[in-house]
Amino acid sequence: MSHDHSLNPETMPQEPEKATHEGKNKFLGLWFFLGGETVLFASLFGTYLALRNSTADGPSSQDLFGLELVFIMTILLLTSSLTSVYAMYHMKNNDFAKMQLWLGVTALLGVGFLAFEIYEFAHYITDYGFTFRSSAFGSAFYTLVGFHGGHVAFGLSWIIVLMARNAKRGLNLYNAPKFYSFSLYWHFIDVVWVFIFTVVYLMGMVS
Amino acid sequence: MSSAATQKRGFGAMLWDYLTTVDHKKIGILYLIGGGFFFLLGGLEAMIIRIQLLVPENDFISAGLYNEMITMHGTTMIFLAAMPLLLGLMNVIMPLQIGARDVAFPFLNSLGFWLFFLGGILLNCSWFLGGAPDAGWTSYAPLSVQSPGHGVDFYVMGLQLSGAGTLIGGINFLVTIVTMRAPGMTYMRMPLFTWTTFITSILILFAFPALTVGLFLLMFDRMMGAAFFDVALGGNAIIWQHLFWIFGHPEVYILILPAFGVFSEILPTFSKKRLFGYTAMVFATILIAFLGFMVWAHHMFTVGLGPVANAIFAIATMAIAIPTGIKIFNWLATMWGGSIRINSAMLWALAFVPTFTIGGMTGVMLASTVADYQYHDTYFVVAHFHYVIVGGVVFGILAALHYWWPKIFGRILNEAMGKIAFWLFFIGFHLTFFVQHFLGLMGMPRRYWVFLEGQGLDTGNLVSSIGAFLMGIGGLIFLINIIYSSVKGEKASADPWDGRTLEWATASPPVHYNFKQLPLVRGLDPLWIEKMEGKGKITPAEPLDEIHMPNGSILPLIMTIGFFIASFGFIYQTDHKAWLIAIYVGMAIALGAMLTRSLKDDHGYHISKEELEREAE
Repeated sequence: MSHDHSLNPETMPQEPEKATHEGKNKFLGLWFFLGGETVLFASLFGTYLALRNSTADGPSSQDLFGLELVFIMTILLLTSSLTSVYAMYHMKNNDFAKMQLWLGVTALLGVGFLAFEIYEFAHYITDYGFTFRSSAFGSAFYTLVGFHGGHVAFGLSWIIVLMARNAKRGLNLYNAPKFYSFSLYWHFIDVVWVFIFTVVYLMGMVS
Repeated sequence: MSSAATQKRGFGAMLWDYLTTVDHKKIGILYLIGGGFFFLLGGLEAMIIRIQLLVPENDFISAGLYNEMITMHGTTMIFLAAMPLLLGLMNVIMPLQIGARDVAFPFLNSLGFWLFFLGGILLNCSWFLGGAPDAGWTSYAPLSVQSPGHGVDFYVMGLQLSGAGTLIGGINFLVTIVTMRAPGMTYMRMPLFTWTTFITSILILFAFPALTVGLFLLMFDRMMGAAFFDVALGGNAIIWQHLFWIFGHPEVYILILPAFGVFSEILPTFSKKRLFGYTAMVFATILIAFLGFMVWAHHMFTVGLGPVANAIFAIATMAIAIPTGIKIFNWLATMWGGSIRINSAMLWALAFVPTFTIGGMTGVMLASTVADYQYHDTYFVVAHFHYVIVGGVVFGILAALHYWWPKIFGRILNEAMGKIAFWLFFIGFHLTFFVQHFLGLMGMPRRYWVFLEGQGLDTGNLVSSIGAFLMGIGGLIFLINIIYSSVKGEKASADPWDGRTLEWATASPPVHYNFKQLPLVRGLDPLWIEKMEGKGKITPAEPLDEIHMPNGSILPLIMTIGFFIASFGFIYQTDHKAWLIAIYVGMAIALGAMLTRSLKDDHGYHISKEELEREAE
């Protein structure tokens, strides 16, 4: 077949993720999907804001949250967003090895974030008896932060599968949009975390 | 023709073809079949409701079963009948109208259909598994949280599945319209049905996630012991109402806008005039969609949000009457001075204009907060939303089916039967629902199982039930028409109505790649332009070359079956933890199918130039 999508420096287009019709569709479709995700998280934030003081005599946000842990998590996730930018930079330069390397770093940082989040949840449950069922605040907290954590976990499985699948065959116009879609999604997850950091943790500490 | 080969294949091969298809036309047909099936179910439920309300203090069905009937009638008609039927029409027609060979994501298109269909089946499984949901189609908390049994659980999981399918469909249409319009098909040359598909998809994209969240919260409360709506633990039941209506109000525009699009196609075609005020129609559509997101609390006037909130939402609601009015006048002006041809499709369109206007008027009445305290939860509201949803959406679907049937199936629906069905349904509809305005004003509450004798409600309810029977008979005749026409119907030419838009430039039914050469669009109503300039044929935009097509796949169905199994696990794990296995197995199947999709390259296939040359027109 004459439909070879593999790249070499001569055939490398400016934006490999949008060079094919399918790539363009994926790119745009993911943007639309993120628009829907925005409403999803907005609804969860709204619910959380309505219920964040409904502690039913259980632990409140001031009792629970510690900014040190959340600070480390924020640094991990924000840095992972930066490393995914590096990966996309190398993708556009057709440097597959470096792209894989930086995506690997991104995934590691993501795993670190998730580990801290699991530790955080376990800490609240065992040390404070603060669970999903203990109050409306508990339900809203674990649902909002948990949905975000679930998105991180999904993103991690996504990028690990992508990296493993394409490890041996390198970059081409068929998989470039896939890597790029992941990076867009990953940025979105990061932005959501910025809001969680502000609305859940910072506002939870001061009020 | 390739259809000769199609007919020779066995039933098994055909079934497999439909289970794995990614062709937008076949998926559209599947949507029409699925939506039609659920429409019959919902209609049956409506008949049972009207039999129960035929006479005062009737005991045709029990109070509990009545609650299940009204819940399932509403849920089925909105989510499983009206929306899928519209999505089916969009699926078949929209790509043809913009001169595309398929949608942007054929695989996701198939996944969207299966999620809808199995979601609907899941919901209806509840009838056989201890009782259907009974908290109303709006499923307000805390009633929905308290409702015993698994009925509401089926509501939650069924709607979650079918909602995900709809969301996928919406994104797919959006990308298709943005990236796959034929050369020359600028946005302001798109037919109105494509425009309304586009705007509806935006509404789906931004409205459905709110329902997703609402359903998750209800699911967590019912199945996992969360406390979102549990006041004892600080929960707040009003959150459900907000989330539901933030979704629910755009939802009614998701339903009506495509119907507006249908009428904007049919009226110009059968008036032999271009659509009056095309630009105004487009902007009115956008304006309705925009305002549609800021009026949700008009469903909650009596909740006690306060006078300021109520006033703002009342004014925003009344403002919607303006773009809608623009549309009504433009349709009238389209017909003005035209050479009007009246057939079944046109009859439905003509009946729509006054019927929908009545529904719009009662809508403005309901928008008035003070008066709404009187109307709230009475039959006045029931009458209002049936006037807009039946008079708008169902009339629109029936008009569209008559109009596009020849394009989709290659045969023309029988005119005589079409007209009989129309008149029975039309008269029956007004008999059923006009009188309900007055029943409501007299104080009859909605959703009540019985009404008492001697309160002036007897005659009205009797009339209403008689009307419902006429509608039922009309619907049956339409069904007979479909069966009759698919066997004995007149074969349709490519352009049986002397149409104006691109879908009429393809064969009836179209070949699987739609257009051998992508069409060149030279203005609004591209086919009409070519007819007026004496060619009568669309100019190709490209030389004949090989065509890239997507491969079929069984994975969407497998993925959906996985979610279907997992849903049962979620529903029953509250009874016995062994059901957790169903969750794991189901999710493993679904995620496994996703993984397979991700790992296996799918480049599609090419139809060679020689093959295309061999296929005569």
